[in-house]
Amino acid sequence: MKTLKSLLYIVGLPVILLVLWYLATAFGEKNFFVPTPALLAETFVETWTWDRMTTDVFPSLVRLFWGILGSIVIGMVGGLLIGSVRWLRALLEPTMEFFRAIPPTVLIPVLMLLIGIGDDMKVAVIIAGAVWPILLNTIEGVRAMDEVLSDTTHTYGIKGFNRVRYLILPSAMPQIMAGIRQSLSIALILMVISEMFAASSGLGFTIVQFQRSFAIPEMWSGIVLLGIIGVLLSFVFQLVERVVLRWYHGLREIENAA
Amino acid sequence: MTDQTPTGAPGPRGPHASEDPRRETEIERLHRLEAAARPDQRRGDTRRHVDAATVAALDIPTRPDPAAPPTSVAQSGATGSRTSSGPGRARRRARRGWGTRLLGVAGLLGFLLTWELLSRTGVVNPTYLPPASAAIADLFRNFGLAAFWEAVGDTMLQWFLGMVIAVTAATVLGFIIGSSTFLRRFTNSTIEFLRPVPSVALIPLAVLLYGVSIQSALLLIVYASFWQVLIQVLYGVADVDNVAMNTARSYGLGPLARLRYVIFPTTLPYLMTGVRLAAAVALILAITAQLIIGTPGLGAEIAKAQSGGSYVAMYALILATGMLGVLINIVMRVIERRVLSWHSSVRTEVVK
Repeated sequence: MKTLKSLLYIVGLPVILLVLWYLATAFGEKNFFVPTPALLAETFVETWTWDRMTTDVFPSLVRLFWGILGSIVIGMVGGLLIGSVRWLRALLEPTMEFFRAIPPTVLIPVLMLLIGIGDDMKVAVIIAGAVWPILLNTIEGVRAMDEVLSDTTHTYGIKGFNRVRYLILPSAMPQIMAGIRQSLSIALILMVISEMFAASSGLGFTIVQFQRSFAIPEMWSGIVLLGIIGVLLSFVFQLVERVVLRWYHGLREIENAA
Repeated sequence: MTDQTPTGAPGPRGPHASEDPRRETEIERLHRLEAAARPDQRRGDTRRHVDAATVAALDIPTRPDPAAPPTSVAQSGATGSRTSSGPGRARRRARRGWGTRLLGVAGLLGFLLTWELLSRTGVVNPTYLPPASAAIADLFRNFGLAAFWEAVGDTMLQWFLGMVIAVTAATVLGFIIGSSTFLRRFTNSTIEFLRPVPSVALIPLAVLLYGVSIQSALLLIVYASFWQVLIQVLYGVADVDNVAMNTARSYGLGPLARLRYVIFPTTLPYLMTGVRLAAAVALILAITAQLIIGTPGLGAEIAKAQSGGSYVAMYALILATGMLGVLINIVMRVIERRVLSWHSSVRTEVVK
């Protein structure tokens, strides 16, 4: 009974929206721009065959993966370094603020000039945009370290790698994860945009191609696929976050319950 | 009172307090020390050490905090400034402030110098990476051109309209959904599904529906910023303190008064965080729409400069978008500090 109720809560609104969509498109006047749900589902299955998956979708996802990995590594290493050295932070902070404020998509033309139109450029674009939230959040997380804990580790003579591993990383981790979460959506956006701007394959390219040839249901199916990728990405992230920050969520629960 | 209590001695602290008068004064002193140390501790990292008593008592949030760090007020629980207070602290801040500023300027100059040298020495092809001085000179020439300001105006107009629509819709919906458990559970799956959908997926749709007119940029901007604000408002409404809410109820505050005096003040820091995040996202989407779709604005100028091969102009325009971004950030922070000046940094972490 309880599971049934929570299932109803989960599917209730989506089902209502789908029915509304169906009613609006099937019985209202014919709308050229919006297909019926049935047509869309049919097109989706027809369009995104295994062939197309391997030529367009998987290469995009591989670029996305390298881009995200690159930003996480660069952002965390750089952030730990800059966050722990005060003068370095003071030296770089305004410059970093400026770079973060530049909308990452305008870097696409620049990197296209400097690196050319290839996979490298797309990965570079993703890193150039997605690294900032991770970097700045790591710096902030390192700065916000608990002073008592910091003094305690000093007193116990915990230094070097151990200090990073057991003090700095755990205390900065909640902030770092918040940064990674922001970065994921930026990375996905940049993947699509870089392919729309200059590419001959990939998800973004294919969708724009559909739009230019007025293949409306196909275009919608591409939008849906992008949405699914976005949802999956955030789902995977939540799983990872739950494992990495298990201790932190437990702590907050206790605080909130008190 | 137990028999162990010596007669005549008042025992306000319970059975053991007056066992030994020396011990009592000791405890008294400890309490005083603790009380004296407390205000300073509050400025430290409260995120992990929020004790229920202070949150429930609600004595902190009503006190203005002039020493609040210049970062987001709602997040400053995580900025962990030093614990000492008073004029010494102010002096130290000022001194560090000047040093920091000088170093920051040095960093910026160093960056520009690196850029200049990379181009001048030919490490990177100077056609594709013109020297920084050329780009900056072009930027200053732009400041005198009407076309440049028109592009800036178009960009800002799209940004502003998109923000107004998104923030209004998200705030209203957020308060409605957030204040009912049923609605929150009912909409949760839909929100969690729609939120991660990248807004740029809507670009083809926007092009089909609106072409290069301003609406296609607005569609993207509103879609992207709406979720930022909505999620923060939902977090904020969920964060309302139970004790405060029950107190308000037992004092006979009606639903509207509770919304105004309990829910709204709790949510405001979250809302402001959402607005600040949305402001940055909205600018990104405005420029992106201009770059890809060709709605009028700075992004379209960049695309034109790039395809026309005038790379100096392109770099100048990119610098301009960066400055616009910095400006929006600063303005949003100032607004946030103004609006939340009554709020001290006790709220637990906001960004999730």
